[in-house]
Amino acid sequence: MTLVNTNFEPRLAHRRRIGWFFAFACASMVVLAVFVLGVLLISVADQGWRWLSLDFLDNFPSRLNPEKAGVKSALFGTLWLIGLTAAVSVPIGMAAAIYLHEYAAKGKLTRFIELNIANLAGVPSIVYGILGLAVFIRLCGLGRSVLAGALTLSLLILPVIIIASREALAAVPDSIRLAAFGLGATRWQTVRSHVLPAAIPGMMTGVILALSRALGEAAPLIMIGALTFITFVPEGPLDTFTAMPIQIYNWIDEPDLIFQELAGAGILVLLGMLLPMNAVAVGIRAWHQRRKAWS
Amino acid sequence: MQDLLRTSKRLTASVVAIAAVTFMTGSAFGQTKLSGTVKLDGSSTVAPITMAAAEMFMGEQPRVRVTVGISGTGGGFKKFLDEKADLRTDISDASRVIKGKEIERAKKLGIEFIEIPIGIDGIAVMVHPSNAFANFLTVDELKRIWSPGSSITNWSQVRKGFPDVPMKLYGPGTDSGTFDYFTKAICGKEKASRSDYTASESDNVLVRGIAGNKGSLGYFGYSYYQANQDKLKLVAIDNNNGTPVTPSLDIIRGGTYKPLSRPMFLYVNKTAYTRPEVKAFLKYFLDNAKAIVEHPRVNYVALSDELYSIGRHRLNTGQVGSAMSAAGDNTAKLQEVFSKF
Repeated sequence: MTLVNTNFEPRLAHRRRIGWFFAFACASMVVLAVFVLGVLLISVADQGWRWLSLDFLDNFPSRLNPEKAGVKSALFGTLWLIGLTAAVSVPIGMAAAIYLHEYAAKGKLTRFIELNIANLAGVPSIVYGILGLAVFIRLCGLGRSVLAGALTLSLLILPVIIIASREALAAVPDSIRLAAFGLGATRWQTVRSHVLPAAIPGMMTGVILALSRALGEAAPLIMIGALTFITFVPEGPLDTFTAMPIQIYNWIDEPDLIFQELAGAGILVLLGMLLPMNAVAVGIRAWHQRRKAWS
Repeated sequence: MQDLLRTSKRLTASVVAIAAVTFMTGSAFGQTKLSGTVKLDGSSTVAPITMAAAEMFMGEQPRVRVTVGISGTGGGFKKFLDEKADLRTDISDASRVIKGKEIERAKKLGIEFIEIPIGIDGIAVMVHPSNAFANFLTVDELKRIWSPGSSITNWSQVRKGFPDVPMKLYGPGTDSGTFDYFTKAICGKEKASRSDYTASESDNVLVRGIAGNKGSLGYFGYSYYQANQDKLKLVAIDNNNGTPVTPSLDIIRGGTYKPLSRPMFLYVNKTAYTRPEVKAFLKYFLDNAKAIVEHPRVNYVALSDELYSIGRHRLNTGQVGSAMSAAGDNTAKLQEVFSKF
């Protein structure tokens, strides 16, 4: 009894002060982050809002008449790019995650593969651009096409999709699998009818966040030679293209002030595409939290 | 009566519709509408010219797709001289003459090219607007400042009488044709430059740097200076002869802004030039060259009509190779004109 009590000094006020200080420090970091984001958004909106109109979406970029310039070629290029990227990366990424988590034996090889996928997620995007240039454009002969761009972006986001999907699968409690096996279900039946329905919302969240990352990428596209000045919309996957981030970058580089404002408007359009995607991801997660089958 | 009126109205409407259709098809088939793609890439200095040309040309030939990339003069030649024929660009934008190495590569790949001069650009040297002492700099002083391994870090080291102000340097990156030209003209050897300066491929970054630093000194294309005149102070250049020259469009046109004026070129793949859309684009360009090059949104110095017709002649007669290094029919005239630069 005495041993325990001798060294104990309550100093309750002091400890509470430390706790309060820590909470204050964390809260001020939140305020700082939101403040910086707010300043950024306001300055962009201030520059670009007056150019935002349906014409801005429907006009091609113009160097001679910037008053009538728009983002049509870049907007359609980006839509093509994201559509093709999703079509390639989502099935491959989800299938890889399902195999790694549900089927593969938990051996050294699986661990090695997973470790490498995690490493690939950290590789700078320009490296994927160089890879895309060498493999898709030169080796496969796809040219500087929107398909080559989409395949490059697919490589870029595959590790992210696999990791996110694996985590969603790992969050499904083993008791569900064991119960299904216990009732005589095969592995395929277990995965299809029990694990996937529970994991799909989490997987979708990861997929959408990965796709929004691809949406904002410029470096790998510049590397594979997406064009700067283009005034037509891709008509097929093998057409040349430009994308929103490249159009924005190109405008920011122009000397006249009006192009800086156009760049601001372009950023607003890009944000206008990103925010709904992220909102869908958040929405799916919220919906999933409510109807979770376990807990 | 009412019925009659209605029918006559309908009649008029159909007549108008038929007339409209005939008119539209007439305009579509009346003049030859071309299609196809013309691919350009290269210098960021030349790009405003070719982008403007592309835009104006596509106004007349909406079914031709002209694309312009910006990879720097060197990067543009890499795409112009790609190993794979289907990845090659048709025309390369260049803010310097093609290099010996690039000519060799073209020979090795069996690519024949036609060189046409399209305009002149000056390189502006600028300081912070509050800088009251550096009104002009001699080429020797610039050389001492920019040479590789230069130890100048303060304005007082440049000239006797300059105040004790730390110097901050800004310039384009190593992929830029402006960098190649400046280093050759000032330091005597291409790419010979000190490396401890703020380098950026984006001229706007350089504008911000020079305008934001009291002891700044930097250089980039004159047309960019024009768009940012209020933020920068232009420095006159003394070509070591005691008469400093402040560049302006007229001065650059006159050829007295030495040694920092440079010609700009298009390099045309000869095989690509057999395609009608490429031919039409270049014909349009050369016929309207002055309007394009000196368009207020482009703002470079156009060449004389004579030089443009030399370009036209070179294209039509298929004179391959670089006029600036090889000898040929009217290359003498070209060399004479460009020897000033």
